[in-house]
Amino acid sequence: MKNILTVENVCKNYGNFTALNNVSISVPKGSVFGLLGPNGAGKTSLIRIINQITLPDSGTILLDGEPLKPHHVHQIGYLPEERGLYKSMKVGEQALYLAQLKGLSKTEAKKKLKYWFEKFEISDWWDKKIQELSKGMAQKVQFIVTVLHSPKLLIFDEPFTGFDPINANMIKDEILKLRDEGASIIFSTHRMESVEELCDNIALINKSNKILDGKLSDIKQEFKTNQFEVGLFSNDKDELLNQINSQYLTEKSNSAKLKDELRLIITLKNGDTSKDLIRFLNNKAQLNHFTEIIPSANDIFLKAVANNE
Amino acid sequence: MNKLKLIIKREFLAKVKNKSFIVMTVLSPLLMVGLMMLIIFLNEKNSEDVRTVAFVDESNLLASTFTDTETTKYIDLTALGIDEARMQTEGQYYGILYIPKSDSLVNLSKGIAFYSEDTPSLNLLGSIENKLEKKIRNLKIEQLHFDVDKIKATETTVEIATENFVGEKSSKIGSVLRMIAGGGFGYLIFMFIIIYGTSVMRSVIEEKTSRIIEVIISSVKPFQLMMGKILGNALAGVLQFIIWMISAGLLLFAITYIFGIDTAGSGTAMGQMNPEMVQQVQASSASELQLALQEIKNLPILTMFFSFIIYFIGGYLIYSSIYAAIGAAVDSETDTQQFMMPVLMPLIIAIYVGFSVIENPHGPIALAFSLFPLTSPIVMLMRIPFGVPWWQIVTSMFLLIITFIAIVWFAAKIYRVGILMYGKKPTYKELYKWLKY
Repeated sequence: MKNILTVENVCKNYGNFTALNNVSISVPKGSVFGLLGPNGAGKTSLIRIINQITLPDSGTILLDGEPLKPHHVHQIGYLPEERGLYKSMKVGEQALYLAQLKGLSKTEAKKKLKYWFEKFEISDWWDKKIQELSKGMAQKVQFIVTVLHSPKLLIFDEPFTGFDPINANMIKDEILKLRDEGASIIFSTHRMESVEELCDNIALINKSNKILDGKLSDIKQEFKTNQFEVGLFSNDKDELLNQINSQYLTEKSNSAKLKDELRLIITLKNGDTSKDLIRFLNNKAQLNHFTEIIPSANDIFLKAVANNE
Repeated sequence: MNKLKLIIKREFLAKVKNKSFIVMTVLSPLLMVGLMMLIIFLNEKNSEDVRTVAFVDESNLLASTFTDTETTKYIDLTALGIDEARMQTEGQYYGILYIPKSDSLVNLSKGIAFYSEDTPSLNLLGSIENKLEKKIRNLKIEQLHFDVDKIKATETTVEIATENFVGEKSSKIGSVLRMIAGGGFGYLIFMFIIIYGTSVMRSVIEEKTSRIIEVIISSVKPFQLMMGKILGNALAGVLQFIIWMISAGLLLFAITYIFGIDTAGSGTAMGQMNPEMVQQVQASSASELQLALQEIKNLPILTMFFSFIIYFIGGYLIYSSIYAAIGAAVDSETDTQQFMMPVLMPLIIAIYVGFSVIENPHGPIALAFSLFPLTSPIVMLMRIPFGVPWWQIVTSMFLLIITFIAIVWFAAKIYRVGILMYGKKPTYKELYKWLKY
């Protein structure tokens, strides 16, 4: 089986409101899958269906090739966006309780908790109550509880909220480590820079419909605009600009430039290749900088949503 | 099933470890003991006070009536005359009794007055009136040349022993006991439903506000969580009930022990009275106690016990699942008001109806409310000590179970949707919509 999770034609309605309309996604094994979309698009509805918190009106879901059944909750770890812990319960007791609800035995849970608590250097929190911890500290406990039972599939909904940059980085590394150890990860967020860093595949949901999915690199290829950023040196910059403008569509670049450098974003002509552009520029001036502009996840997100409106 | 056990355990421990639970459980029996001790103490203190009453008997016929008792002393001031006595003794005595001169026995009872600084105790006045009535009556009998002893011999007391057709004896004490037993059990159920129902609701709201709810229901079904919560709290309630019952038993033991010493103490006081009276007093109190014990034995205790358990479970489950649904529908406890009224209504009505029902336990109102499932746990329990036909108990339990299943089903639906809803207070219309999600 190549996919850890296959969602096929899932529909979900709340009264007259359609939360999901015929949504299908496939999450390849051992990868990080970005589930993206604006607020209220239906991401959380889909995640809740995968977690069997709610049932779909129609459609099928396969986990590792098997139709989703109640016992599968033990193979899924879920860190919801709206998350928290019992405030007046002790950290250790609480972690044990949640681990046992995920099917671990008490001794097994204790052993694993010890490992993670030592790893995160929080062993002395065991007998503290959650209300005595800071938000970031509680988030660490929450993360441990999510991954403790070594699930095949991990679902993180906005995992970095509540962490300072140092701890966010640590969590990111842990997520990647879990992936390397064989877990598959669904990652839902609005923070596009973390999508770039983490995701191998993405799906974009807007207004209850999936509007885009696939490998992030393929999608970038598809969304590329044939634009290049160039840096040029010339004695007469105005003359140079006129000459380029007569042939190509250009924009000013906002990125940092050297002294007396002309920085431009040039759109390739239809049928041209980057070779043609380099040859043209080389003849006119000293070419100092040449990169293709790769659309960021953010650009793709905005563009795809705008196209869908 | 295993998960349900885990949830029940957590909910039970969370409730039992709570400080307010410990305080409530331990402190309230202590408080009751303290209060009872205080009442007993004050009572004794009160009766230790000896009152001195002066009397001026111008008729010279009634002075022999006044013999000192444990609590009252009489002083004859007839020699002084009423005006002088009033002037001289102001503040010295509890009061002055004035019996004016009278031309005949018929008019003797008129014009008798009692002067005192404060309003005199009704008990004292009553006992003086009693004495005077007896004495004057005897005087009249003598005046008419009747033989007092013969007239005494004609006096008869009649006590009607009541018994139902099955052969169980009953008595006035019995019906009072039944009222106490029925009322007590009904009220206990009322209290437990409200206290533990609210506690279920709080626990649901806590899970919502701490945002742990979604973490948990990704591991267990919402229905499991709801039932675990309800059952865990019920167990805590049962524990509290058992602790209270045990401490009530100890309390009863302690009180009888204290009273045991007391009766011995008053026995010596009785020794100073004439032996005939002692016998009378002892005989009457013994028979009353025996009768009461007999009556307690005659109560359908087994039926009461089992029906308490069944009605408690049924009533508690119905109401606590409603409470759980309310907790799930709102974001904070302040938002619960609009939903609480309709829940409390039937309970309060049940208590009111119940207390009128114990005066007429077999009337049509009693029957109707002891069958209606939202009030039956309280009203039926209040009726049971008076003897209820089996078909009525069975019907009401049947209705209770059907209602319980229906309400838990509805509550679970609202709960399932509500726990994931944040932000706004839902209307009844929205709650109705949730049923269809």
